[in-house]
Amino acid sequence: MTPVLSLLRNLIFGDIRADSVVPPSGFTNQLTLFISGAMAFLAVFGLALSLASGRLATKWNNELARTATIRIIAPPDQLAGKTEATLKVLQTTSGVAEARALTGVEQQALLAPWLGHDLRLDLLPLPQLVEIISEKVGFDATGLRLRLLAEVPGAILDNHDRLRLPLLDAVFRMQLLGWGVLVLIFAVVAAMVTLGTNVSLAANAQVVNVLRLLGATDSYIKQAFVRRLTIKTFVGSTLGILLGLLTIWAMPSVDKSHGFLSGIELQGEGWIISLLLPFVFGVVAFVATVNAANQVLRKIS
Amino acid sequence: MIELDAVAYSYGGGEIFSDVSVNLEQGSFYFLTGPSGAGKTTFLKLCYGGLLPTAGHVRVFGAKVCSLERDQVAMMRRKIGIVQQDVQFLDHLPVSDNIVLPLTISDRNSDLAAPDLDDLMNWVGLTDRARGLPEELSGGERQRAALARAVIMSPDIVLADEPTGNVDWEMSKRLLYLLTELNQMGKTVLIATHDLSLIRAAKAQVQARVLRISKRGVHLAGANL
Repeated sequence: MTPVLSLLRNLIFGDIRADSVVPPSGFTNQLTLFISGAMAFLAVFGLALSLASGRLATKWNNELARTATIRIIAPPDQLAGKTEATLKVLQTTSGVAEARALTGVEQQALLAPWLGHDLRLDLLPLPQLVEIISEKVGFDATGLRLRLLAEVPGAILDNHDRLRLPLLDAVFRMQLLGWGVLVLIFAVVAAMVTLGTNVSLAANAQVVNVLRLLGATDSYIKQAFVRRLTIKTFVGSTLGILLGLLTIWAMPSVDKSHGFLSGIELQGEGWIISLLLPFVFGVVAFVATVNAANQVLRKIS
Repeated sequence: MIELDAVAYSYGGGEIFSDVSVNLEQGSFYFLTGPSGAGKTTFLKLCYGGLLPTAGHVRVFGAKVCSLERDQVAMMRRKIGIVQQDVQFLDHLPVSDNIVLPLTISDRNSDLAAPDLDDLMNWVGLTDRARGLPEELSGGERQRAALARAVIMSPDIVLADEPTGNVDWEMSKRLLYLLTELNQMGKTVLIATHDLSLIRAAKAQVQARVLRISKRGVHLAGANL
């Protein structure tokens, strides 16, 4: 049996005799169970926040990066001519896949949130909007701006960078925050398990001394402590994650609600990563317990 | 078996003893005596690697203790039976489980058949206490349980620190008898005690050598104790 398999076997099944030499330390165990459960519950939200931010960033990027708008400002009698000239320019611009002038109805729909539905746009000196959808490679925005300046004065290109970049930056920061929260949660679990191990070993100092005196190796002494705390952390985090997943599942969908926290949902890889979290918690607990136990045992002759 | 070569031990800036050179031979019976605070317990701890000397070397079974890894020290202790003055047990386990603990630790429980354990419990007179908890034992019973635990692995050496310190004279004689029996089985026995009457009683049963410990070192005592 390989060392890894042997380690896993000992961790899962344990050694009943070795386990029995350490008295059950109820308080530390229950505390470990509770804290790992609570941390795992929060971890699910940290993960959901990160993944939702990532999805949002991708969606906005995809939607905005390939679209641009030309705003044509001109007296009403010149507007149609300038629109046609603009479309001609765009037809000969490489990287532009599609270009079309928005209809009056579409422009009204865009302005409706601010001006209402009943307003007659033909009474207002509104600019004409031309929507551009670029090819994957995109077009040369600077070149197009210069060309429009020369050929269609009053046509202004807006490639949405002014809007898109700050939004992407904000979403990226939110995503970073989500991952940061996750890392912090794992660090808290590691610290808590380390404290738990120290408390357990201190509370069982007599047991440890007797075992050392009778010829127990450090790995034998560690075994029971490591196994107990690792399993408690695993069980606690599994419960916490299940509760977290249930909570997220019960949240209103982004399609049905525009309220706070709507859209914090898990999809595809999110569910898989969530279900892997208890194992990550277990590994964190295992490493923290082994490390703490090594440090304590090194001080005992 | 245990060899101390120019060993010194200091603690808290004060020297407990220095330049101690002793060779504990196989199958011998030793008493280690001296006034309180002379370093009897320290000497015993040096013998099983519980402490490391501040100068000199301790060799156990030919190996320098200070150069052993922690796991090697553990393995070495499995061949040494230790009875401490302040006997400690795992209080949540029954007496019999405490006695077989050295076998449990070394994964050798199968080496001991139930009748063997019964014999051992009978040998130390604790048959009716086997399923009780250590806290239910009297001082003498704790010492006997510790002795049973110390010998269950059939060690080559038995080190006992004031094994009769908390018991009456009758119990002292009984414990001494058990230790002399072990010696007759070929085990090396070293008993730290300040009880001279115990040493005198032992001399009637076994050929015991007496080591006297003082700040100047450890010396073989003469015939007059």
